[in-house]
Amino acid sequence: MSDKASPLRQPAPPADNVALQQEVAGLIVAALNLDVAAADIDVQAPLYGEGLGLDSIDILEIALVVSKQYGIQLRADSEENEQIFRSLAYLADYIAAHRTK
Amino acid sequence: MVAYRAGAPSSARNFLADVLRVAAALPERKHVLNACNDRYRFTVAFAASLVANKVSLLPSTHTPEVIRQLTEFAPDVFCLTDDARCQIDLPRVRFPELVPGETVPWQQIEIEQDRLAAYVFTSGSTGTPLPYRKTWGRLVNCVRFEAQRLGLLDGRSHALVGTVPPQHMYGFESTVLVALQSGNAFSAGRPFYPADVCSELDSVPEPRMLVSTPVHLRTLLGADVDLPATDLVLSATAPLSQNLAREVEQRFATRLLEIYGSTETGQIASRRTAETVEWQLFDGVRLLTEAEETWAEGGHVEQPTPMCDVLEVTAADRFLLHGRLSDLVNIAGKRSSLSYLNHQLNAVPGVVDGAFFIREPDEGSSTGVTRVAAVVVAPGLDATGLTEQLRRRIDAVFMPRPLLFVDSLPRNDTGKLPHDSLRSLAAAAMKRT
Repeated sequence: MSDKASPLRQPAPPADNVALQQEVAGLIVAALNLDVAAADIDVQAPLYGEGLGLDSIDILEIALVVSKQYGIQLRADSEENEQIFRSLAYLADYIAAHRTK
Repeated sequence: MVAYRAGAPSSARNFLADVLRVAAALPERKHVLNACNDRYRFTVAFAASLVANKVSLLPSTHTPEVIRQLTEFAPDVFCLTDDARCQIDLPRVRFPELVPGETVPWQQIEIEQDRLAAYVFTSGSTGTPLPYRKTWGRLVNCVRFEAQRLGLLDGRSHALVGTVPPQHMYGFESTVLVALQSGNAFSAGRPFYPADVCSELDSVPEPRMLVSTPVHLRTLLGADVDLPATDLVLSATAPLSQNLAREVEQRFATRLLEIYGSTETGQIASRRTAETVEWQLFDGVRLLTEAEETWAEGGHVEQPTPMCDVLEVTAADRFLLHGRLSDLVNIAGKRSSLSYLNHQLNAVPGVVDGAFFIREPDEGSSTGVTRVAAVVVAPGLDATGLTEQLRRRIDAVFMPRPLLFVDSLPRNDTGKLPHDSLRSLAAAAMKRT
């Protein structure tokens, strides 16, 4: 959860986050009706643009699902609102740290 | 007051100082792609380009293919950016460092009415974007009508917050230009998530106007947030249902107006959607129906211009909107045509044949956005490789979902692709995956 963690040097996530990652992947696949299996999403690949190929409309859709499911209002910390979506692992970490339900 | 930057007001004399500073720093080249993300910097850059007698290019997307086409249209085009990580493949000029709070004595800078201020682009149908000339006079006239229609000329100082980018024609007119031309102020940020929209609104004084789209409004309604007091909500890019419009007005205790227009004409009509489905034309604009087509003329539109939608004229100054002509695609305000997308798909090396088609919104989608899918014959390519190629050519919102590989397309004797055959082929291919 360190701010400095980069996807390349990130240590293996704790076991409970693996479960959360899969749960979030399942929510994304269901919300966007993607034709990939949740388990096939590379947890370190970008969700935005390259990688899973999500665009800003998808991101808004996921933001809604995340707010309903976990009680988190996503905020754009910087000008880059896709930051939180740099990978499934990062998103799951973010949710774990900020969830209220 | 011209703008608010993170809640801090920027005066007209401060704005002018910034404009003159940037104008002096621009290169000799004539055409500028203004890629500044921050709405204040975008506006300073646009005004500086006008002062320096340059022409702004406003394409609807910045994919590598569109950038390449821009360089064919205007070989001397350069990119003015406020983002150190900007990847646009043009000579790049960084937006100069501004001096906070700098002011100069006020002076009126005259820009002639017929000065070419910008080119906006539609996707065209042949794979090449079509340019439309926007003179300074036409841009100004359009937003003066808009300011009047929106009630922005009532002597109060309105603060405009936009979820739409300034580069998009709607965002350009309804946040940047309308504020400058009506003595009101826009907020520089471009809030994205519902919570961001709320805090951006909160950062500026009342009365406030939120300039948004159906996608963002649906998301705001779906999120568990309280919108700060907002006088007026503006929506454009796609029609809003009457139910949704009423819900927005009730939940947020506000008034919602929809704006209708096109890249070619700019805005030409508005409606209070909660009360009526009829659109009211701006003063002076008239509609003419000829065969299947409707043309707009008069007012700020000047020359008769064909509209890309099916319109039914109900009175001299009113009409109903019945959707788009069949080839056009509008996804969340980004416009393209199936023929443009098909052209790009078939231009990818290895693609033998391919066609895009429109899919209705997924059930349960909270943004309610229509998407496109495609069927393709490309024996030597895989989905990953083809997707990568397409991403260079078309905007992300038009990426086919799904992209279905088939052995051949059901073309008829004349080479046409009957819609029904395409649908059933796609349905069969989707079942296989």
